[in-house]
Amino acid sequence: MVMVIRFNKYRRIYFALTGLLIIGSIVVLLGYGLKPGIDFTGGTIMELEYVDERPTNEIILSGIEEFDLGDVVIQQTGEKGVILRMKDITEDVHQQILDKLEGAEDMEMEGGMIVGIIKTEINETRFESIGPVIGNELKSKTKMVILFALLSMIIYIALAFRRVQRPLKSWQYGIASVLALFHDILIPLGVFAVLGKFYGVEVSIPIITALLAVLGYSINNTVVVFDRIRENLLRRGEDFEELVDISLTETLSRQINTSLTTLFVAGAIFFFGGETLKYFALALLLGIGAGTYSSIFLAGPILVAWYKIRKRY
Amino acid sequence: MRRKTYIILLGIIILAFLAGNFAYPKYIKSIFPNFWDVDFKLGLDLQGGTHLLYQADLSNIDKDNYSTAMEGLRDIIERRVNMFGVAEPIVQTQELGDQYRLVVELAGVKDPAQAIKMIGETPFLEFREQKDEAETQAILDKQAEIEGLDFEAMQSVENWELAFQDPYFKPTSLTGEYLEKAEIVFNQQTGSPLIGIQFNDEGSKLFEEITTNNVGKLLAIYIDGVAISTPVVNEAIAGGSAQITGDFTVDEAKELARNLNAGALPVPIELISQQTVGPTLGKVSLEESLKAGIIGLFLVILFLIIFYRVPGLLASFSLVIYVFVILSLFKLIPVTLTLAGIGGFILSIGMAVDANILIFSRMKEELKKDQSFSVSLEEGFRRSWPSIRDGNITTLIVALILFGLGTSFIKGFAFTLSIGILVSMFSAIFITRNLLRLFINTKLEEVKWLW
Repeated sequence: MVMVIRFNKYRRIYFALTGLLIIGSIVVLLGYGLKPGIDFTGGTIMELEYVDERPTNEIILSGIEEFDLGDVVIQQTGEKGVILRMKDITEDVHQQILDKLEGAEDMEMEGGMIVGIIKTEINETRFESIGPVIGNELKSKTKMVILFALLSMIIYIALAFRRVQRPLKSWQYGIASVLALFHDILIPLGVFAVLGKFYGVEVSIPIITALLAVLGYSINNTVVVFDRIRENLLRRGEDFEELVDISLTETLSRQINTSLTTLFVAGAIFFFGGETLKYFALALLLGIGAGTYSSIFLAGPILVAWYKIRKRY
Repeated sequence: MRRKTYIILLGIIILAFLAGNFAYPKYIKSIFPNFWDVDFKLGLDLQGGTHLLYQADLSNIDKDNYSTAMEGLRDIIERRVNMFGVAEPIVQTQELGDQYRLVVELAGVKDPAQAIKMIGETPFLEFREQKDEAETQAILDKQAEIEGLDFEAMQSVENWELAFQDPYFKPTSLTGEYLEKAEIVFNQQTGSPLIGIQFNDEGSKLFEEITTNNVGKLLAIYIDGVAISTPVVNEAIAGGSAQITGDFTVDEAKELARNLNAGALPVPIELISQQTVGPTLGKVSLEESLKAGIIGLFLVILFLIIFYRVPGLLASFSLVIYVFVILSLFKLIPVTLTLAGIGGFILSIGMAVDANILIFSRMKEELKKDQSFSVSLEEGFRRSWPSIRDGNITTLIVALILFGLGTSFIKGFAFTLSIGILVSMFSAIFITRNLLRLFINTKLEEVKWLW
C-alpha cells in the first residue's frame, strides 16, 4: 500500500493561509483598484526608437507640452526606445507630435554661436490610439465574456457532479469548486492591483484573456480530484476524510506534473516571449499556480470540512 | 493486433513526415524543389501594418439606405486602398447596435500616415454655371465696398455676406456622384493631357439639361472647390461625355482621373482607433515568440523524458508530431497568426501533454498493482479518459465563449487554443497509445524502471 499523505490534517492551516491571501487580494483590489489599459479607457500608446541618442524624458516632455495630451507617461525601453502614453489623439496631432520630436531639439553650438540644428532621427515602431467609445464598448463586451465564462463553468460543474450524491450533495461539490475558482482568479487580480499601483502595470485584454483561460484550466484540476473521489467512493468504504486524502495523494503527481508543463511554457513566454506577451504570461503563471494550489489544498479539504460540520449537527 | 499496430504506425510516420516538411519545408525543398510550399499568414502585429477603425456618420442618410451607403463607402475605400499596392488589404463594414463602422487593415504598409491621408481624401467634383451678369456685378460691387475694412467694420456694411460669394459661378446639381468613369486622354493636336469623363444615365440627363440652358456661356468644373477649367458651352451635349482641360502634367492628370474614379465618399467618416506596428517590431515579436515556443517545447520534452522515461519519450514524439500537425493546419486553413494566437498555441503545447500525464500516472498505478504491461496500458488509457474528456471540455467551453464574444486579440488566442486542444486529444491518445503498444510482449516491457 502506498503511503497516503494526510492532506486534511492541516486543513485549518490552509484555510487560514488562503483566507489571508484572499482578504489581502480583496483589500488591495478595493484599495488600489485595477489600472485599466487603454483597451478599456481609450488612449494612446506611442513606441519610438531613437536612431542616435535618446533624449531625457524631460526633453521629450517639454517638446510636446504644447499639445493637449492629458497625463503623459514616458517609459524608457531597451537602449534607445521610449513608450509614450497619453489620451487618445487624432492622426493630425499624431503627425504633429512626430514632427515636433524629430524637429529642432538641440542647437549645435560652437563658441557660443548657434551653427546648426540637429534633427533627431526617430523610428515609430508602434502607434495605437483608441477612442473612448471603443474602450467603453470593449469594457462592456469583456464583462459579458467574463459573465458567460463564469456561468458556463458553474453549469458545467453542476452537470459534472450531478451523479455524486454521497456523502455530500452534488451541489456541495459544485460550491466547493466555485470557491476554489474564485480563489484562483482573486489572487492574480490582487497581484495585478499591486503591480498596477507600484509599477504602472495596466490590465489589458491579454491579461483578461489569460485569466479566463485559467478559469477553464483550474476547473479542470478540481474536476480531476473530484472525479477520483467519486471513483473511490464507489469502491471503498473508508472514512470520508481518509478517502479524500487517498484521492488527493493518487492525483498529486498528475496535478503537479500537468501544472509544471504548463508553467514551463508560460514561463518561457514570460522570460523570452517579448514585451507584448509578458503580462499575459504572468497572469497565466499566477492563475495556474493558484489553481494548482487550490485543487490540492482547498477543494478537497473544503469538502471534508463541510462533511464534518454536517455530521456534527 | 500487432499487424494493425504496425499499419497505424506507418500511417503516423507518414503523417509526421508530411506535416513536418509541410510546416518547415526548408530541407525537403533542397531535394524536391517543387514540394508544396505555403507560407504562414501573419497578422498585422507580426508582419507590421496598420489597423484603422472608422466611424461613419449616417445622420444625413435615410435609415432604409444605411446598408447601401455603407456598401458604397466600403467599395470606394476599397478602391482607394487598392492603390497602395498592399497585399490583400481588408476593408470591412461593421455594425454594432446603431453604430456603423469601417475596418481597414493594411499589412506591411510602408507609410501609414500617407495611407490614412489618402483614405480620408475626398475629391469633390462639381459643375457650376455662370451667374447672371447683374448678380455678378452686385457681388463685385460689394467686394469693392468692403475692401480694406477690418472684420468688425465689415459687418456693419449691409449685405456684407454677399461679398464672400463666388461672383461668377453658382452650383448645379451635377456632381461627382453621377460620374461613371474618368480617364486620361490626350489632346490630338497639342498632345496635352485631358480628363475624359462619362456620366451615368441620370448624370447625362442633368448634363444635357445644364448645357442646354447655358449655350454660349461658361460652365466651370470645380474639384475640391477649385475651378480647374471653365470651358464655353457651344451647344447642348447629349450622351453624357465631357472633357476637363486644364493645366495638368501627365502625372497630375492621371492622379486626378484616379481620384475621380475612386469617387467622393457617400458619407463622412472619422478615424476613431488606429493601431500601427512597424515592420521591425513585428519581426522582433515573431522571433521572440518563436523562441519562447521552442524553449517551452524543449523544457516540456526534457521534463517528460526525465519523469516518465520511455512513455515520456513516446509522448515527446507525439508532442512533436502535434506541433507539426498544428503548424500545417495553420498553413492549410489558413489561420492568420497573431501574437495572441502564438501565445495560445504555446500554451496548448503545455496543456497537450496533460492527457499523457493523466494516462501515464494511471499506468504507473496499475503497474504497481502488478498488472501485466498490456493490461496496465489499456487500463491507464481507459480510466483516464473521463478526466481527459472533462478537462478538455472545460477549456474548450471557455475558448468558444472567448471566440464568440471577443475582440481580435481574444479570438486569435481562443482559435489556436481550440485547434490545439482538439489535435492534442488525437496526438496524446491515439499516437501515444499506438507507440506504446509496440512494446507489448517485448523484452523492454520487463524492464520496470523504464516505465
